[in-house]
Amino acid sequence: MLHRRTVLKGALAASALPSVADAQGRDLTVVSWGGAYQDAQREVYFRPFQQATRTRLLEETWDGGIGVLRSRIASGANTWDVVQVESEELLIGADEGLFEPMDWAAIGGRDAYIPEAVNDFGVGAILYSFIIAYDRARTPTGPTNWADFFDTARFPGKRGMRKGPKTTLEMALMADGVPPAQVYQLLGTPAGVDRAFRKLDGMKADIAWFERGSQPPQWLASGEVALTVAYNGRISAANASDGRNFAIVWTNNIFTLDSWVIMKGSPNRARALEFLKFVGQPDIQATLPPKIPYGVTAKGVNEKLSPELLANLPTAPQNIGTALHLSDRFWLDNLDRLTQRFNTWVSR
Amino acid sequence: MTRGLLWVVAVLVALFLLAPIIAILPLSFSSGSFLFYPLPGLSLRWYADFFTSDFWLPALWNSLGIGVAAAGLATLLGTPAAFGLWRMKGAFRAIAMGVVLAPMVVPVIVVAVALLLAFGPIGLVATYTGLVIAHAALGVPFVVVTVLAALEGFDPVQLRAASACGAGPLRAFFRVCLPQIAPGVAAGAIFAFATSLDEVVIALFIAGPAQRTLPRQMFAGLNDSISLTTAAAAAVLVGLSVVLLLVVMWLQRRGQAAR
Amino acid sequence: MNRPALLTAPLLLFLLITFVAPIGAFLWRGVTDAEVAPVLPRTVAALVSWDGAATPDEAAFAALVADLRDARARDRETGIGSIPRAAARLNADRPGFRGLLPMTARRVEASIEGSMRDAVLAISEEWRDAETWGAIRRAGGPLSAFHGLMALDLRQDAAGSIRAVPDDQAVFRAVLMRSLWISLTVTAACLLLGWPIAWMIATAKGLPATLLLAAVMLPFWISLIVRTAAWMVLLQREGVVNAALGAVGVGPLALMMNRFAVVLAMVHILLPFMVLPLVAAFRGLDPRLPRAAASLGAAPWRVFLRVTLPLCLPGIGAGCVLVFIQALGFYVTPALLGGPNDQMLAWFVGFYATRSVNWGLAAALSVMLLAAVGLCVALYGKLAGFRRPGAA
Repeated sequence: MLHRRTVLKGALAASALPSVADAQGRDLTVVSWGGAYQDAQREVYFRPFQQATRTRLLEETWDGGIGVLRSRIASGANTWDVVQVESEELLIGADEGLFEPMDWAAIGGRDAYIPEAVNDFGVGAILYSFIIAYDRARTPTGPTNWADFFDTARFPGKRGMRKGPKTTLEMALMADGVPPAQVYQLLGTPAGVDRAFRKLDGMKADIAWFERGSQPPQWLASGEVALTVAYNGRISAANASDGRNFAIVWTNNIFTLDSWVIMKGSPNRARALEFLKFVGQPDIQATLPPKIPYGVTAKGVNEKLSPELLANLPTAPQNIGTALHLSDRFWLDNLDRLTQRFNTWVSR
Repeated sequence: MTRGLLWVVAVLVALFLLAPIIAILPLSFSSGSFLFYPLPGLSLRWYADFFTSDFWLPALWNSLGIGVAAAGLATLLGTPAAFGLWRMKGAFRAIAMGVVLAPMVVPVIVVAVALLLAFGPIGLVATYTGLVIAHAALGVPFVVVTVLAALEGFDPVQLRAASACGAGPLRAFFRVCLPQIAPGVAAGAIFAFATSLDEVVIALFIAGPAQRTLPRQMFAGLNDSISLTTAAAAAVLVGLSVVLLLVVMWLQRRGQAAR
Repeated sequence: MNRPALLTAPLLLFLLITFVAPIGAFLWRGVTDAEVAPVLPRTVAALVSWDGAATPDEAAFAALVADLRDARARDRETGIGSIPRAAARLNADRPGFRGLLPMTARRVEASIEGSMRDAVLAISEEWRDAETWGAIRRAGGPLSAFHGLMALDLRQDAAGSIRAVPDDQAVFRAVLMRSLWISLTVTAACLLLGWPIAWMIATAKGLPATLLLAAVMLPFWISLIVRTAAWMVLLQREGVVNAALGAVGVGPLALMMNRFAVVLAMVHILLPFMVLPLVAAFRGLDPRLPRAAASLGAAPWRVFLRVTLPLCLPGIGAGCVLVFIQALGFYVTPALLGGPNDQMLAWFVGFYATRSVNWGLAAALSVMLLAAVGLCVALYGKLAGFRRPGAA
């Protein structure tokens, strides 16, 4: 008796589930970076968009890597529509035909955005910085620059760094005394790369590698690491919402931007554009920085923000003054080679 | 003397097996957000979070739905196959048995990647169908093995007796054999369901955001930031597992009684 | 014979389509190369007779130019990026190809006066290097040893001799050894911990034995991800164990993201797979035999070594093989509890399949993994026999 019921139920479910899914087609799937950042996006972008358009939006989280996008397209198993990518991923993916061209007319026109945000295959999403963060509650006098960050004698404890060569090699060179203006020039030479890896070798045992942006604030909070590389917004968000007392060191921060792209062959291209148009409106964008202090890309947003908030953004003059601008050109040419070397180095 | 020592070690090992699971359950009832004891107070806030979030409850439903469908499919295919294997001899049986048991031993990562590449071009990635098929394949060996075990206790003479009385083979199977091995079939279905409920890797590789299962959502939660909602989800899964274990024990007792 | 075969047919067909064929097709990628030949057919043909030492002659360059022009025209028409895919495959062999091939394809579109060789060399000096051409020849397919060699940290140069890759690129032999070593450690620990509890379950009576058995069965049913989560909660910097240690003035210690945490959680997860076969073996043991040996004057350790152990050996072997096989394929637990140098073969299979378009390598690593598992299964067959498929 029991057996017959189980089988019947199973058979019914097996036949019912797929037909429901197929009939509806695939819902618009938007992929972002998780943690506090995606929480903020959900609140100011995703939910309002679903309410405004009465459609369903599915969220996914990733932790970057052009290889992920390449695999998805090449395997024919891509189920993502809109993805937030980093600057060099935008260039590489555009070059390799992984993205649909951006239909600027459909999302408000090129002039509605700041110039840095405009690309033939993507539209800027946020401006942000890689900074050093530490917990004032545990480390009253913290580091002030990258050399301090690599100084395990003066600042004992583990360091959080992002797993990958990008930003890590730049930081190692700056810690080794290379001024920001010469970092990429040096990294372009084999000797410069060797120098960066040598600097990292000295600290390898003390590094905890994070893959997701949500990990650094969490590791700081739990004392897993003493100092960490982090995305500026997530540190501020932890201070604001979890009552933490994390400090941000802006000296020689690495400044860059992320963009939204539409994956090649997406069956939801029209709705993806509708989504991008929605999140490109200055009024909507202005609600993001109060949740998490990243710069946004539509013109006319900054006038709507308070001076205190503007001072927390990576674009504030005192923050961007000493910043190293991440070179997407350099990583376009060198990402694969250096990632291979980094992965081998790190997994040994 | 030796026996006393063995007792001590055995009890310590039992504690080692149970302690981690027992340790996290009360945490899910904490009113604070820390992952250690003592608890600042008791509350159901993490369960409230579980049942109201955009992700956890749909994941639970996905897990249950996919599990039931996969178990149903595995049982539907596995029960007659077990019956066939039971009556079979020789090289073909050995080969068939090898194929049927293969999903038990092939590392699941190999299955996951192979299915990703096979299902991608035919549009089965990020569908319920794809995930149900994959989980059914993993559950099949459990059904076959359990049903075969139940058939061990079934006397084939009864089938001959039934046919002598004029019952066709199908009728004989349904009226004579199946009622006797039903507890075994049900246990097999539950094993298959539990296999699906436990499965993470294939869900990680071939499910889309709409098919997020509870284990996959837990994996993401653990990777992202461990909150006590994850502990509440763990508690829900533990509760499910205990129920399944009790049902299987009850079925096994019935199966033995039937003999 | 006929009807039983008919009854198994639907299941066998189902598994053939959804399991055997996909895995076969995936593993096939480990020994073949299919990306480059369709894009560079004439080049591959022109390189067959090449000596692999000097830069190839004008004919090879002309073939390359013709191939790239055709492929580019085709790609534009179909929208399928065959050149980037060929470049990705070549890049896995020789870093730099990802940029070199598409760039060369773009630049040779303009009509070329005179020598193709000079024109291509003017685009990039890389084309002078014999190894650049060697990579194309190696990837020419249809069969290919490249991925298999790569999975063993070996490579073939343009002249055809096989040698180890430079030390700073070698990784897979270390990963294989690591996977075997972790699995072996876990198996040994399971045997050591499983023996006493299995012995008590098998020999004790009444409630204590039932409780011990329940302590093994309950975790056995609880999801792997839950048990991994439990260990994460326990071992966190601000977790249960460190809080308890802190109360007695120790720590906090870094208990997570290391080999210790991985092995500990794996032992916890796999221990029931050791205990259950052991219990079966011990129950099958005739208690009169050790007693007889003892009454004949054998010392306890002698009784154990000469009587108990040999009698239980098949059960012990079965438990060990069962644990070892499963340990080898672990993915989730090391991913969550381990650091980057605690990852096992399974993690690298996943990595090369989804984070780096290198399915050939993922397949070759899978072949390695399956070969190890297959050996163990054969061993299990010898020890336990396939007649009784064991407890589910």
